[in-house]
Amino acid sequence: MALLDVKNLEVSFGLRSGAVKALRDINFSLERGERIGVVGESGAGKSVLGFSILNLISQPGRISAGDVRFEGKSLQNLNDKDMRTIRGNRIAMIFQDPMMTLNPVLTIGDQMIECLLAHRQISKAAARKIALQKLMQVQIPSPETRLDQYPHELSGGMRQRIVIAIGLLMDPDLIIADEPTTALDVTIQAEIMELMLELCERNNVALILITHDLGVVSQVTQRTMVMYAGRVIEQGPTNEIINDAQHPYTQGLINALPQMGVRGERLQQIRGSMPSLQAIPKGCAFSNRCDYASERCRVIPEFTRSGGCLVACHMVEELVAQSENKAQDGGA
Amino acid sequence: MTQTSSALADEAPTMMQRFVKSHFWHSFKIDRVAQLSFMVFVAYILMALLAPLLAPFDPYDPASIDIMNSELPPSWQEEGESDFWLGTDAQGRDLWSTILYGTRVSLTIGICAVLLQALLGICIGLVAGYVGGKVDSLLMRMADVQLSFSTMMVAIVVLAVFQATFGTQLYQDLAMVMLILVIGIAEWPQYARTVRASVLAEKEKEYVDAARVMGLRAPRIMFRHILPNTLSPILVISTVQVANAIISEAALSFLGLGMPVSQPSLGSLISSGFEFIFSGIWWITVIPGVVLVVLVLVMNLLGDWLRDVLNPKLYKG
Repeated sequence: MALLDVKNLEVSFGLRSGAVKALRDINFSLERGERIGVVGESGAGKSVLGFSILNLISQPGRISAGDVRFEGKSLQNLNDKDMRTIRGNRIAMIFQDPMMTLNPVLTIGDQMIECLLAHRQISKAAARKIALQKLMQVQIPSPETRLDQYPHELSGGMRQRIVIAIGLLMDPDLIIADEPTTALDVTIQAEIMELMLELCERNNVALILITHDLGVVSQVTQRTMVMYAGRVIEQGPTNEIINDAQHPYTQGLINALPQMGVRGERLQQIRGSMPSLQAIPKGCAFSNRCDYASERCRVIPEFTRSGGCLVACHMVEELVAQSENKAQDGGA
Repeated sequence: MTQTSSALADEAPTMMQRFVKSHFWHSFKIDRVAQLSFMVFVAYILMALLAPLLAPFDPYDPASIDIMNSELPPSWQEEGESDFWLGTDAQGRDLWSTILYGTRVSLTIGICAVLLQALLGICIGLVAGYVGGKVDSLLMRMADVQLSFSTMMVAIVVLAVFQATFGTQLYQDLAMVMLILVIGIAEWPQYARTVRASVLAEKEKEYVDAARVMGLRAPRIMFRHILPNTLSPILVISTVQVANAIISEAALSFLGLGMPVSQPSLGSLISSGFEFIFSGIWWITVIPGVVLVVLVLVMNLLGDWLRDVLNPKLYKG
């Protein structure tokens, strides 16, 4: 049985101008210890996906269709009390900005102990011991001092380590990391990602890594989902997606990465920007920015298998043929 | 390992060291007005607390009062007597003792009324801000309705009706409790609005999301996570509200609806001397009046200073 099973998930936000669907038709499942990356532009619905798994979408949003199952149990039908035994306990979430996710007026220790006491019947002293142990796990220097410090006394990287330690407190089965390194500088990013990878592997924790950084995804995850305007448009093993992207959008994302080796060339970018959720073109949401769009793209594309990936694009076969031709031309 | 970690733990600053290094203490050290106000305020508190020790006479004990001593001027005036430093009031009570006890009554009413306001206002404001939606609208409309009655009007009506219904004797016994209740209940919207506004701002911050993701219960998030972050505006309005409550009590006493003459507050002292002021007996009104004004002034000054310290955005150049 899969650890997490998301089926036909749809999230909509009721606005005055009508309901806007932030997520449509999301399907994926996650095994124990598996790490999956969710990539896409800002506004693609990545963070909403993270929150909807925990059933914590704020008003006026709601899960309007579909189902999230955790260990076979549907999370939507749980009452608030049962849901709280899952949140923080079985599924932990790590946010983007460690400056903001720690409460500025409580010490690190207070915040960690509080989380432990909310889920377990243990004494404060025992909770402090566990907190200390977790701080050691995330390799924070002089962990005992940190417990009595306030968040503002620590650096950004250190704070993110503490946020990770809080995430690990209850030995969760799944961690949802919502852009955990975006607010950090590059060297710290690498350290934090390495730490997360190591911790997930050692404790057999599944990870949903939400990010727009393809580099991070390729470093940490086994599978990747690419999201655009609330839909998954391509999913498959990470190395397939990075090395041989099928969907024009994914190709665009990868081409837009700066290459260290090439000098003096203009960075390729995807033209235009993502439409607002109220103005998504009919059919394929990407069609108005896609170089290959045709009449067929007026209809919503189904997933087709291409290479090792599932791709939602009508033009995949043509694209594959084209690139093969190109390769042959190049060879000839 | 244990040795190094305990050594490091020793280096962690104690509460006192943290305080001495803090911005709070630093800005207090350089602000003369704040220092002076604080000293005066502490003097008032000591006066109130130690009134039975400081006062030469017990103004609540009818046996110690001699009507023959009534309306004596302060001792530095020609007709003054050295026993009565600030003179005596119309009933022959030593004014200095009465002021000490009156300060005690005024401060007690002011502080207790504000505690009640804060309790009501903070709970209502937190719930309104955190829950939002219909609950918020309902609670805030209640606050609007409450605010549209002026405190004085509510207090006058309630106290007058109480006095008329239950008689003066019971009223005199319960006057302090009634004043605290009336002033406390009439002014809760001040707190509720301030707290709600801060909660609305705090609620959007990620640490609240993080707390929810941790699986904490809503009351826990409200009181332990959000409330401490809204403390600075609460502290600032508290100082002003205590001053306001003291003024309200004084005004009500002046109108004859406050503390009875047998247990005078500063306000009822002022009013009791008012009828003699035109016959040259100024001290019964003026001296408690000055005491009251200084008390309210230092509280407002402290409140101003506190607001400047706790809100770094209001930087005074």
